Amino acid sequence: MDRLKVLKTYKIYIGGKFPRTESGRFYTPKNYKGELIGNICLSSRKDVRNAVVAARKAFGVWSERAAFNRGQILYRIAEMLEGRKSQFIEEIVFQGATKAKAQAEVELAIDRLIYYSGWCDKFSQIQGSINPVASSHFNFSVSEPMGVVGILADESTSLIGLVSSIAPVIASGNSCVVLASESLPLAAVTFSEVLNSSDVPGGVINILTGNHSEMMKPMASHMDVNAIVYSGSDAELIASLRETSVLNLKRIRTYSNDWMKAESQGMHFITDCTEIKTTWHPIENIGGATSSY
Amino acid sequence: MAKTNGVLNSAPPDFTQSPRIDKIGVEERVSRFQKRSIKNEMKMQGLKMTLSMIDLTTLEGKDTPGKIKQICYKAAHLHDIHPGLPAVAAVCVYPTMVALAKKELEGTGINVASVSTAFPSGQAPLEMKLADTKFAVDSGADEIDMVISRGKYLSGEYNFVFDEIAAIKEICGEARLKVILETGELVTLDNVRRASDIAMYAGADFIKTSTGKIQPAATMQVTYTMLEAIRDFKLKTGIQVGMKPAGGISNSKLALHNLIMVKEVLGGEWLTNEWFRFGASSLANDVLMQIMKAETGVYQSSDYFSID
Repeated sequence: MDRLKVLKTYKIYIGGKFPRTESGRFYTPKNYKGELIGNICLSSRKDVRNAVVAARKAFGVWSERAAFNRGQILYRIAEMLEGRKSQFIEEIVFQGATKAKAQAEVELAIDRLIYYSGWCDKFSQIQGSINPVASSHFNFSVSEPMGVVGILADESTSLIGLVSSIAPVIASGNSCVVLASESLPLAAVTFSEVLNSSDVPGGVINILTGNHSEMMKPMASHMDVNAIVYSGSDAELIASLRETSVLNLKRIRTYSNDWMKAESQGMHFITDCTEIKTTWHPIENIGGATSSY
Repeated sequence: MAKTNGVLNSAPPDFTQSPRIDKIGVEERVSRFQKRSIKNEMKMQGLKMTLSMIDLTTLEGKDTPGKIKQICYKAAHLHDIHPGLPAVAAVCVYPTMVALAKKELEGTGINVASVSTAFPSGQAPLEMKLADTKFAVDSGADEIDMVISRGKYLSGEYNFVFDEIAAIKEICGEARLKVILETGELVTLDNVRRASDIAMYAGADFIKTSTGKIQPAATMQVTYTMLEAIRDFKLKTGIQVGMKPAGGISNSKLALHNLIMVKEVLGGEWLTNEWFRFGASSLANDVLMQIMKAETGVYQSSDYFSID
């Protein structure tokens, strides 16, 4: 007897849970053959709101973790992804890529997670500094995460763009709300299942599917979102992002990288979402000793 | 039934005969209140009403005079960027902080409420509870939030609980008495109903769900049961008693659901801060953020509101 195939319900990922969109809406993207990819949640502004609340709550916990521990957890995500490689390849192929290309994409995504895992406890030594000042102060600068970062993931790839945007953002201790590729959402939803089994505290990464232009505005105008990372080159959208986000002076970072290229990674993707804090610590200047601090 | 100084002249009823509560029925009824849609101007009115009903509370072992000054300032200046907002109804503190709070709130029209009777456990002899209350009243408290002896209640000594409340009521003088049942420790809705009846017949001006130190606190089921007791008491005696859910009401939506419930169980007469209060510390900021969201159209951040 033929077995009835169990179809997967693609849901969104907020605060470590998998709810359906509060709006109850869905959309039905098709692949290049015209086949239905799935019934995908069409998230609303209220989902964005809920995700930001979850991200804010998680930010404290995540940013206070030791940098080394964040590195371990990023590595763990890569491990989990490795274990489910074939599922990702299958989904990316179903969305229209060749087998070889899908495999290359998934493998690069895993390697990129490992790459940023290594950076977690190293970038702040490079970015931070001890500064020479002309008074009796010990003056030093260190990088701190910005807070909640909104990510508009690459539209043209399913997994590599997503991972390349998320990994550097969380490496420094930010939490994030991610809008997955609208036309290629499958791997993003499955990636959230990987996250959920990787020791990432719930709420650090929240992934929503749906219409970017609809969700962009509540996200960019949200007073509790500290930065927006946009991957793509839509000039109109970038202008609109800058305009909408001005209320609380969000940092806007835009990338038009081809994420499949090896050079589309680096420490600057991490430091783009950090702020520098400089501390003036009074010190005793003993007997006019020539301390250079 | 006549009443002198809040105490009934006739004998109280047999509290063992208090009505039994149908828990499933209460849950069904309560779930209805959560499905009302309140939008736009109505929501704005509800939010402002909520602000005006808050007893802004700080009841921590670590409370300092600085903290009390800060919370009193907050009570009178909820969000000065937005003119025309109501102030909260009262600031709720420990007895030792009453004099300071009273001084800080002078001229604002905001009351000072003091917890008393060995809050939160209530495990102290009556003389101490009376002295505790007298200290708060003498320091200038406008309202007294007492706790009942839950241990005595649970061992069936209803008369002890009744007499204790009546004794505290007497010492309150002009101050209004809120009686905290600590429903989280009473466990069943039957107990909540009976304790409500005892408190009201003993002279409570308000009945209050919880201390905020025990979970669960002010669930809608518990508040609903107490509202029904208030309604029945009013029908029997003609005396109006206020309600104060406290603990766990930390967001606007829940507050609005509570207001709907009050309106539908008791009627509009109770929808003023003379007869209904929220005991809360973080509710005010959430309501303010909702108001600012409605005004500006953008979601708000706690970074731009005062510290709780």
